[in-house]
Amino acid sequence: MTILIRDVRLIDPEAGTEARGNLLVRDGLIAAVGPGVALPEGAAVIEGGGKCLAPGIVDLGVKVGEPGERHKESFRSAGLAAAAGGITTMVTRPDTADPIDSPEQLEFVARRGAEASPVRIAPMATLTRRREGREMVEIGFLKDAGAVAFTDGDRVVQSTKVFSRCMTYARSLGALVIAHPQDPGLSEGAAATSGKFASLRGLPSVSPMAERMALDRDLALVEMTGARYHADQITTARALPRLERAKAKGLDVTAGVSIHHLTLNALDVGDYRTFFKLKPPLRDEDDRLAVVEAVAGGLIDVICSMHTPQDEESKRLPFEEAASGAVGLETLLPAAMRLYHAGQLSLPQLFRAMSTNPARRLGLPGGRLAAGAPADLVLFDPDAPLVLDRFTLRSKSKNTPFDGARLQGRVLRTWVGGTEVYARG
Amino acid sequence: MRFRHSHLLGIEPLAPDEIRAVLDLADDYVALNRSATKHAEVLSGLTQINMFFEASTRTQASFELAGKRLGADVMNMGMQASSLKKGETLIDTALTLNAMHPDLLVVRHPQSGAVNLLAEKVTCSVLNAGDGRHEHPTQALLDALTIRRAKGRLHRLTVAICGDIAHSRVARSNILLLGKMENRVRLIGPPTLMPAGIGEFGVEVYDDMAAGLADADVVMMLRLQKERMDGAFIPSEREYYHRFGLDAEKLAHAKPDAIVMHPGPMNRGVEIDGTLADDINRSVIKDQVEMGVAVRMAAMHLLAENRRAAAA
Repeated sequence: MTILIRDVRLIDPEAGTEARGNLLVRDGLIAAVGPGVALPEGAAVIEGGGKCLAPGIVDLGVKVGEPGERHKESFRSAGLAAAAGGITTMVTRPDTADPIDSPEQLEFVARRGAEASPVRIAPMATLTRRREGREMVEIGFLKDAGAVAFTDGDRVVQSTKVFSRCMTYARSLGALVIAHPQDPGLSEGAAATSGKFASLRGLPSVSPMAERMALDRDLALVEMTGARYHADQITTARALPRLERAKAKGLDVTAGVSIHHLTLNALDVGDYRTFFKLKPPLRDEDDRLAVVEAVAGGLIDVICSMHTPQDEESKRLPFEEAASGAVGLETLLPAAMRLYHAGQLSLPQLFRAMSTNPARRLGLPGGRLAAGAPADLVLFDPDAPLVLDRFTLRSKSKNTPFDGARLQGRVLRTWVGGTEVYARG
Repeated sequence: MRFRHSHLLGIEPLAPDEIRAVLDLADDYVALNRSATKHAEVLSGLTQINMFFEASTRTQASFELAGKRLGADVMNMGMQASSLKKGETLIDTALTLNAMHPDLLVVRHPQSGAVNLLAEKVTCSVLNAGDGRHEHPTQALLDALTIRRAKGRLHRLTVAICGDIAHSRVARSNILLLGKMENRVRLIGPPTLMPAGIGEFGVEVYDDMAAGLADADVVMMLRLQKERMDGAFIPSEREYYHRFGLDAEKLAHAKPDAIVMHPGPMNRGVEIDGTLADDINRSVIKDQVEMGVAVRMAAMHLLAENRRAAAA
């Protein structure tokens, strides 16, 4: 099966370029890409109409409600939402109601993903059993079963001894450890970032320093053990110099940030709007700008949706009691376009952080717009305006902070391995 | 001047003129309450429900009396014991009550923002009787009325608020109100009991009573919320009393005619000396209780008027 996608803006995050041209897909792979790619005999043609074609998004850290909370999100609903959002690989989180901490559990995820989701699933496993921070999981078996990384999600492994052993063991297998840098003591019970706004609203809050403190500890352990380490979300200006220094030292360290922390700030919580309650909490505008700049400069490697489905019941509560997290599969790309339209990040920079870097960090073949790479692609119009209605989302949960927001950027088509999984009707 | 709101959720959305409107009307009600009849029919035919999700004696009694003196049908619901224990959510409780067609809902809740959430879901007027550490608007209004009557004005005064600012909704509402009326607000307390970012509130922050009380017109003491002290905020009660408890010696730093206030209930010997609290020349603590009923009558009167106007 051969397809020529003709007349598109080719967004090549590896080369950092965008150029008008065509892309040829053959047998699920990208066969050729560039301005001079001609139409082979018998190939199907898709007219791109000058829209953007980029490598499909590899979304690092998607929560699916299976097993245990299928009413919040199933592999089917998440997969359909991902396809509609230009995401071609969901790197799933293991912090499900029943945590993914054994090879059997991981096989369940891989099997359910393969049968129900139109996009690829790359499952992560927990780092410690039941995410309790006491005993490490069977990292070897889990890696053999396909776990792409190991993380206890937003639970911090508090014992430095346990964490250092996990890192040491993971290192011997070349396994990637992902952590959530938040000092657990300082951030206990916090629902907001400390500052004037949280104080006015009377919300228990945490100093942004809690992130740097935990990152400092983790980086010391990385230096000690030589582990491969990824910080799931770096959201404060103060943490950035530490990250920079660790990278300069040659530690095997990367960092991510959620699209929400790049496009929203603490004031957006407004009158106790619980859809804006996230973990870590939204930050001040100064922090947001510093982090956007860090993505542009490549210090922060990965942008993700941190898709966290929550049902209405867990959000329709007083702010402190309400669950944290926001859905993001379908809004990641349009929200990212805010940064593009604001002139803060170019399209190749955005797709470097959303597609290329996460794929490379996890050892996945996607994320590239080059011959030989899988034909995981997204065709989108970065300018098309929309007003988001949360009830049109394909996710079972509708907890988006962008409800009613004016956004620009629509996904037109998505392909996974050369097969079309989404086309805008 | 009209009072434009359909709810009283906090001081934050009120304009200075609206605050004055409440206080002016409350002055009339002080007179009424001191008269022999003590009764008006402003809320006649209206139903007022007091929902207290957190223990309260004085505030609840004050709202109940205010409603009854204005002729409302008043119902008290002790929410700690009831449906929440059965797993009903706040919103479901609100919708259930709303179906009974109340006109005024008075709500106290232990969590910040809970009253705002409730107000979004019901069709009646909601009065915040204290939500978490967010706001307690009628307390700030009654404090304002007390100050205005004692000092003859409510502007260009130096007001010192002392104690546990961090956990206090009374402090937040008072900071907002006194700021809007162009007073100089000082906060005094140990830094562990100051909220983050307090420097941006347009207030002066002190951790020393002598300096903070210097030339103050009004000294407002806060209750040291023992039940909220789940961490080690202060080393001991006696050290706290020594450094921050108000006694005659510390009060001597304030203006000679400075008044002493306390929202109650007091911890005598913890944040305030018992004799000082009873000193009728300095303490206006009993006046605060009296003003509380009048201010709540005024607030409910204005909200009911707006409801009637909206319905007409």
